[in-house]
Amino acid sequence: MKRLIPAVLACLLLNACSSLGVQAWERGTLAKEEMQLVSDPLAAAFDEHIYFSKEASSGGAGFGGGGCGCN
Amino acid sequence: MQLMSNKRKITGLLATATCSLLNQNAVAQEIPGWYVDTAVLGYTEKDRVDAVEPVINATRIFDDGAKLNVKFVLDSLTGASPNGATISDQIQTFTRPSGRGGYVTPAGELPLDDTFKDTRSALSANYEFSLNRLTRLSAGLAFSDEYDFTSIGFNSSVARDFNNKNTTLLLGFAYESDTITPEGGIPVRFGSVRLNPGRGPKWEDEEREREGGDEDKTVTDFLVGVTQVINQRMLMQLNYSFSSSDGYHTDPFKVLSVVDRTSGRPLDYLYENRPDSREKQSIYWKTKYSLINGNVLDLSYRYLWDDWDIVSHTVDARYLFDLTDRLYLEPHVRYYTQQEAEFFSHSLRSGDALPQYASADYRLGAFDGLTYGTKLGYRLSNRSEVSMRLEFYDQRGDTVGTPIGIQNNYDLFPNLDATIFQLSYSIRF
Repeated sequence: MKRLIPAVLACLLLNACSSLGVQAWERGTLAKEEMQLVSDPLAAAFDEHIYFSKEASSGGAGFGGGGCGCN
Repeated sequence: MQLMSNKRKITGLLATATCSLLNQNAVAQEIPGWYVDTAVLGYTEKDRVDAVEPVINATRIFDDGAKLNVKFVLDSLTGASPNGATISDQIQTFTRPSGRGGYVTPAGELPLDDTFKDTRSALSANYEFSLNRLTRLSAGLAFSDEYDFTSIGFNSSVARDFNNKNTTLLLGFAYESDTITPEGGIPVRFGSVRLNPGRGPKWEDEEREREGGDEDKTVTDFLVGVTQVINQRMLMQLNYSFSSSDGYHTDPFKVLSVVDRTSGRPLDYLYENRPDSREKQSIYWKTKYSLINGNVLDLSYRYLWDDWDIVSHTVDARYLFDLTDRLYLEPHVRYYTQQEAEFFSHSLRSGDALPQYASADYRLGAFDGLTYGTKLGYRLSNRSEVSMRLEFYDQRGDTVGTPIGIQNNYDLFPNLDATIFQLSYSIRF
């Protein structure tokens, strides 16, 4: 049962998502560089490193690029 | 030929619009070729740490759309870092962690270990390719090395498109193995750094040796994420992450003050002791929204919790707008707040039984962090860009528990003020 719930939720989510979205020819704006989810990867990696070494939280957005003895 | 070229370009643009984690480079990059991003970060804390971090990131996109990415980072640190001891109204003398020499903290000041100096180099590589029209696989390796710390890891993820490529489901896995080899060895947990009048606290060599010269930790991460195109101008991402780490989590350079239960003055210093495992989870939500005028709003929120009782909230907002055809500005605000770990304590009281775990590391305390600043970018051509970023990070802590005696006269969590400066250059050829 416990395994079933996430599976059902995932299906519902994907199903709900099917009513959203755009056609292939409507993606001009979404394809712009500044609309990428990580539009400045180097800055994102720097920030992840800074906050990893100064706060007790890290990750969430993706995977980091290697460990650090700073925390 | 013209048609072919346009078709390839459009296909590339479509692909860039969909997924996140697999697509980590700055310049929209589905056109085969080399993409090189270089940057240098300067990070300066008032009266504490200075860091300079140059990085080079190169990506090769092949004709079949596969990507090979290699990144190299050098990180040079100098300065002073809080050693965990509390402020006193008397001079405090400490031996350096290496056992060589000592340092003195004046009365009324936060004890800082001024020998903080290290150089870290990190190399990572990642390869991504399409398994079929809707599925992409990615695999990567990461290695980093510093004077007393080595880390090696690998990660892998699979991204599958649904709903006419408007929905992308991502499953990721990462594993990391760390080894710490502190100069002077691993200290005994809660071992006493005995006060040695005139000479300062002394490391206990025979005790220290008992635990050996190094310790290990492994970290396993899982990530499930959904990216959804909402409409022509809006994109959303929702991730759930689970991270489990096992092994040595204690900071071998951090101590706790044992203070007199009435006066609050330090009597002794003990090495800290943290649990041998940590399970951390987070929910991360992000949206990108392009306004009618082309300005872009980037908004994200992360809720994180772990089995050390740390709970944190992070809100991040960026707003990109063009000043001219080539020049743009992107102001940024980030707010972070965390609740302390259950074993966090500013100090221990004399006469009390030792807790199972304890740490006075301010990073495990209760505090808020505010970052504000801006990025200024200039598009030199459609193949290259230069940008700079200036931000300020202020950390304001709370006092946890009830201060004892003289502790009432001081801020037990002094403010941390840092400046972040970044200079970047990206080119495609």
